[in-house]
Amino acid sequence: MDAAAKPEFIIECTNVSKWFGDFQVLKDINLKVRMGEVIVILGPSGSGKSTLIRSINRLEEHQTGRIVVDGIELTHDLKNIHEVRKEIGMVFQQFNLFPHLTCMRNITLAPMQVRKLKKEEAEETAMQLLERVGIPEQADKYPLQLSGGQQQRVAIARALAMSPKIMLFDEPTSALDPEMIKEVLDVMLDLARSEMTLLVVTHEMGFAREVADRLVFMDAGEIVEIGDSQGFFDNPTAERTKLFLEQIL
Amino acid sequence: MGWFWQALALLGAVGAVFFLFNNMIQELQTQRNIVFSYGWVGQVAGFDISESLISYDNGSTYGRAIVVGILNTLQVAIVAIVFATIMGLFWGIVSISTNYLARRIAIVYVEVFRNVPLLVLLYFWYQGLFLQLPRLADAIELPGPTFLSIRGLYIPWGIPTDSWNGYLLALLLGVLCGAGLVVFLRQREIRTGQTYFKTLWGLGVFLLIALFGWIALPAPLTLSQPVKEGLRIVGGNAYSPEFISLVTALSVYASAYVAETVRGGILAIHHGQQEASFALGLTRLQSLRLVILPQAMRVIVPPLISEYLSLTKSTSLAVAVGYPDFFHTTAKTTLNQTGREVEVFLMVMMVYLFLSLATSALLNWYNSHFQIKER
Amino acid sequence: MRMTPAPQELAPPILRRSWPAQVRTLFFRNWSDTLITLASVTFIVLLLQPALRWILITARWEVLGANLAILLRGRYEAEAAWRIWVCLGLIAVSAAMAAGTWSGKFTKGFGAILILPLVLILIPVFNAPIRLGLLALSALMGLGFVLGAYGPQTHMGNVTVALLTLIIPLSLVLLYGFAQEGPMQVTPPRIWGGLLLSLILALTGIVFSYPLGVLLALGRRSKLPVVRILSVAYIEFVRGVPLIALLFMAVVMLELFVPNRFPTIEGIVRVAVALTLFSAAYMAENVRAGLATIPAGQVEATWALGLNGIQTMVFVVLPQALKAIIPVTVNQFISLFKDTTLVALVGMLDLVGMGRAVLGNPAWLGTHKEIYFFIGVLFWLLNYSMSYGSRKLEQRLDTGIEQSRA
Repeated sequence: MDAAAKPEFIIECTNVSKWFGDFQVLKDINLKVRMGEVIVILGPSGSGKSTLIRSINRLEEHQTGRIVVDGIELTHDLKNIHEVRKEIGMVFQQFNLFPHLTCMRNITLAPMQVRKLKKEEAEETAMQLLERVGIPEQADKYPLQLSGGQQQRVAIARALAMSPKIMLFDEPTSALDPEMIKEVLDVMLDLARSEMTLLVVTHEMGFAREVADRLVFMDAGEIVEIGDSQGFFDNPTAERTKLFLEQIL
Repeated sequence: MGWFWQALALLGAVGAVFFLFNNMIQELQTQRNIVFSYGWVGQVAGFDISESLISYDNGSTYGRAIVVGILNTLQVAIVAIVFATIMGLFWGIVSISTNYLARRIAIVYVEVFRNVPLLVLLYFWYQGLFLQLPRLADAIELPGPTFLSIRGLYIPWGIPTDSWNGYLLALLLGVLCGAGLVVFLRQREIRTGQTYFKTLWGLGVFLLIALFGWIALPAPLTLSQPVKEGLRIVGGNAYSPEFISLVTALSVYASAYVAETVRGGILAIHHGQQEASFALGLTRLQSLRLVILPQAMRVIVPPLISEYLSLTKSTSLAVAVGYPDFFHTTAKTTLNQTGREVEVFLMVMMVYLFLSLATSALLNWYNSHFQIKER
Repeated sequence: MRMTPAPQELAPPILRRSWPAQVRTLFFRNWSDTLITLASVTFIVLLLQPALRWILITARWEVLGANLAILLRGRYEAEAAWRIWVCLGLIAVSAAMAAGTWSGKFTKGFGAILILPLVLILIPVFNAPIRLGLLALSALMGLGFVLGAYGPQTHMGNVTVALLTLIIPLSLVLLYGFAQEGPMQVTPPRIWGGLLLSLILALTGIVFSYPLGVLLALGRRSKLPVVRILSVAYIEFVRGVPLIALLFMAVVMLELFVPNRFPTIEGIVRVAVALTLFSAAYMAENVRAGLATIPAGQVEATWALGLNGIQTMVFVVLPQALKAIIPVTVNQFISLFKDTTLVALVGMLDLVGMGRAVLGNPAWLGTHKEIYFFIGVLFWLLNYSMSYGSRKLEQRLDTGIEQSRA
């Protein structure tokens, strides 16, 4: 691959807006993400965080503005959407593992069907990923036989199996019991230290402070403030950010 | 992509319909020399109908014969629905009672009648029981007096006198007062928070007015009792064996489904609801009346409406015993006489579709008004 | 290391009650309970006494013995009857294999179906060859189950699916035959009748309406308005009209729609097609309900992995939805099996039609109760065992979709 030909930003959102009926969930969002950056998005519930990252792989359609991912603009063209989705992994709050497939089949499904890998190849990669997330012994179990933390780690392995350039995390620890949060965060920390581009919506402030290259604070559909980890927590500029941090810290 | 598939589907459907339609037109015009028309509806039918709610003889028109059929269908359906509901409620409640024996009987009842074809039940009752009854002269006399014979069921019946129309007005007044009281009490409930037995109060007022009207007006109905006179039975009201077996089969068959729906509906209410209402200090009766039943009704009513529709469609089995319902008078007798297959079946489809769409509309209305609102 | 000694583990207390006490708690807990019990006993006695008297004394059961063959297989030749048994055997084996492969464990539900042939053996009017055949069926089902549950696992699923799809066409060929003479001599469908015809109509109906129903359900959910409207129109039309009207149309009107140059279509094919088209509309609604149980997150997760719409349906949504509707599908089969009796009203000689034909014989005048009781019992045994089996299966098939939706 020719690195020079690559655009500077892997994700570019320009003046993105979206409405649910009359209600505007995204207001004129501008966000540019560099290759390898770790971005943590914070904000009160209903502020549009999830909608924003779901727009990046077009699980939500934005109505105005442009979103360009890895040089491809997201439009109604189905072909483009599939191209983009192949490059983006996503981890959901509710895991969304496929309950009728074993963990192994959950992970190998997309590589085999989309990337057309051979079964053996796909399973080998899947096994490596399961080892990376620390649960190789659960390969042949069904998702509902696992604990929440284990399920979320399988979900991360499933997303990684497509070797994505970008990973989106939509509140990955919010549905977990407290004792299971750490095992998932550890896997995410490991990812953050690699070259992967990460967009994370979370309420885990410790995690945000530790790994985020930049922090994005959203409220009422707007990006209120973008700052680096140090500046954001220690002296936020916007009044709304201060208020939010006071409530939560 | 999408447009391609749509165009293909449309082309396929239109092509198929055109092919069939074209064949039909050709067949009708070249082979049978028939032009599509409903002109025959106004012509004299020339056949007899064994029972009818409105005046009809073989000089009446096809149109009138069809109306007679529709009324008969509705009569069977309504009577069967009433019995199915009463029996279904009874067995449904018994099937969750605490008494072991009663519960078993209810479960056996439901399982027997749900797993046997309706047509077999109908034939068993009609040919096996009602047509094996004694002749009219030896009719079985039951208390009432009620007579059962191969010619049907004779029961006592009220015959309207001159004051009947006035009494109907009194009844209407009763309904209005009762309903008014229910609405008034509901408003009061909302305002004050005090709960009332609204339905009981409403019913009480209605009965009171009905009773008062009966006394005030000189006997709106006189009782006519069936009496054996030699080889005949006179007086009372008679129901043909076809009608009784049809109503019996339909209502017993449907009652098994109603019972299952009622049982399922009550059991569907989460145990936690009852615990929560007990924890709030409600008595068992209060909990049932204020918490469990209002929720259970939401689960029970929609499938119940579908079961009523399915029962109404099943009245078309009347053709098996020769009861002159809509399907029988139209798709069998009228068709045989006129040979107008297309027009007759179009009419049959339209009437049943109308019933079905009306039911769906009712269901949708119920769901949108009474279902629990969620985010 | 424990600081305090572990508490002595106690066995749970055994509440042993004398049997009079048990009877009391079951039947006579308080006065209202006692009243209900007494009423129930009276009800049973009043009902059972005349029923038993009829069954044991007055009923003329010889009508069944004399007409057993035509009630069960119509005018299908006795010499070719072994072909029916082979078909039943094939169906029994593949159904049992399916149960074994997918549930993997012997369940009460499957047990109920396994003992069905044994229960049928107890029907007094059956003769020795029929009883032997039923015994063999039971054995075959046991074998199929063991094969499915404990056989080589790798390809068992595929083999079972292949068997299930092939079994009906294969059975039809076997029943029809293909030779001019000899053991496989052609037996025209005209002479298929009795229980055989009822079963054929129900099985072909369910097998062919299944894929049709899936397509209609997908059509109803389609984003393409034309496809959606056509599917909805079909489903609502068929569900709005009584089956008997469709059967009359198939028999009376089909001539009009088919060009004269086509050969006349056999009655059995007409009613089979009508039943299939009828059943498909109901199947579509079942599948739609199944699809509705799949949480939106499942589809989103699949899209996020880059799979397209068709892949999402095939690998994620349909497998879960179709598994979720197995019990409703069994119920629909039962209801279709009951509905096949309506073909008797358009002149087909199914079980009920054959019963009517027997009753038309002056020798058997007045045996209506016997005939319809027998038909009712046959239907009841087959349907009840199937519905019992599917209810038990439902408890095991709980895929946990509810939990993951949380």
